[in-house]
Amino acid sequence: MKQQIEKIGRIATGAVEELGYGIMLFVESIYWLISGRFNKQPVSLALIFTQAMQIGVLATPIVVILCFSVGMMLAIQGLETLKPYGAQAQVVSGIAVSVTREFSALITGIIVAGRSGSAITARIGTMKESQEVDALQVIGINPVRYLAAPALLAMIIVMPVLTIFGDLMGMLGGGVYTLYELGMPLEIYMGRSFEAINVFDIMQGVYKSIIFAVLIVIVSVLNGFQVKGGAEGVGLATTRSVVMSISAIVIADMIFTFFLTRV
Amino acid sequence: MTDPHNESLIHVDNLVTHYADKKILNGINLDVKKGEIMVIMGGSGSGKSTLLRYMLGLNKPTSGCIKLLGQDITKMSANELHQMKKEIGVSFQGGALFGSMTVSENIQLPLTEHANLDINTMKIMSQMKLEVVNMAGFEDLMPSQLSGGMIKRAALARAIILDPKLLFFDEPSAGLDPVVSAELDELILRLRDAMGMTIVVVTHELESAFKIADRITILDRGDILMCGSVDEVRNSDNHRIYNLLHRKPRRDVVDVDEYLQRLTGKSLDSVPEKSNIHNPDNSRY
Repeated sequence: MKQQIEKIGRIATGAVEELGYGIMLFVESIYWLISGRFNKQPVSLALIFTQAMQIGVLATPIVVILCFSVGMMLAIQGLETLKPYGAQAQVVSGIAVSVTREFSALITGIIVAGRSGSAITARIGTMKESQEVDALQVIGINPVRYLAAPALLAMIIVMPVLTIFGDLMGMLGGGVYTLYELGMPLEIYMGRSFEAINVFDIMQGVYKSIIFAVLIVIVSVLNGFQVKGGAEGVGLATTRSVVMSISAIVIADMIFTFFLTRV
Repeated sequence: MTDPHNESLIHVDNLVTHYADKKILNGINLDVKKGEIMVIMGGSGSGKSTLLRYMLGLNKPTSGCIKLLGQDITKMSANELHQMKKEIGVSFQGGALFGSMTVSENIQLPLTEHANLDINTMKIMSQMKLEVVNMAGFEDLMPSQLSGGMIKRAALARAIILDPKLLFFDEPSAGLDPVVSAELDELILRLRDAMGMTIVVVTHELESAFKIADRITILDRGDILMCGSVDEVRNSDNHRIYNLLHRKPRRDVVDVDEYLQRLTGKSLDSVPEKSNIHNPDNSRY
């Protein structure tokens, strides 16, 4: 019994410690992004661009496919659900609002966490194991400034763009199925979709995507810096990073949705 | 007047460090003079790599002070430490070249951080350093395309790109064949003689240590067992140092015992006890 309580205590202490470390990483990254240039230690624009390419441009095809599929899936479900009421035309606004407010940001967050978050953890973990992080420090390069800050800024820039792109793809997916099922022309479908949503709906997704971006980078970097035990350690940290990121995204989404729907 | 060649560029005073609750270094005192090659030796777990990490400012000690070029790095602000890094070059055990960069980009990285130079000047400088380490022509290769010896030499080129006053090596011979290892020893000596660098080498390779060292510090379980010239270490009558210098891999001893047992058919208990004169307290050395 005593051992169990001690174990729970250790887990709780570890979790609080990790949370503190994550907050410190975030604050330090923001510090470098803002004050780096004044201290003659700027965050490299080339690194931000490289990260943005890897996180954003290279993730675009999968975001397109998945958001398009989600839009289509919502159309299938929506048309089937609304059929008995003869209100199938209402599916347009339903898809538009749910995609922009919810699904696009969530799907994009999950894709980026799985794809880019894991890559960040694996990269930093491998660098730590091969003493590259030590090498950065002895050269005089702060590892947070070099590894975390560029990824954070790149992710904060790219995630909203991917989310808005996902919005369009989700609506398009719904439109294609509605065209097939109801024969509603695509231009009319898209026109009605845009009428059904407002800036707040789009911004809800955008705000969420920024929160997800921060969560993905901090969780990934945190796990990368904590790697121990060689290649196996890198593998374990990568898995942990993806699980933690996706869990954090879904929980944050729920909390965020709760508050935003009450605005 | 102070003799400039007698000036201590590295001064470690009563350094105590802990890992979790365990004491790793028990009050280390060490001085490295200008232009000197100091070799730090010891067995696994003796604390030699830990001492190197603290001298590089990678960790904060529990107590004690570490002065590099007369300045205490344990009390420096982040900006002061950043400036100090210009004067330090390090060659890590595995090279620690950045896998995503070419050899040339790796070597130029300290320049991009500390010197405001245009790209062509940086390229020329990196080529010059590659020539120093006999690596000219390999600048566009990725680290994954290099052999172990080439990685170490490229890492050395990166370490000396800013012409640092202090150069640190962590196990320079590890994983290298004797020929490449000897070449690297020659290179270390050449760097000291040509560029007047003060060099600290952490190694467990005796042959290499005797070849390059001006002085050798031997660590054992977080304490300095001895610090002296090569001859002093070689002629030491301390049993631990004797055993360190003459130790054989444990596997060999076990194999010989097993072989004897099989050959004679007798239990080892019946074989006369081996002399323990050099190891009266059963030290692990």
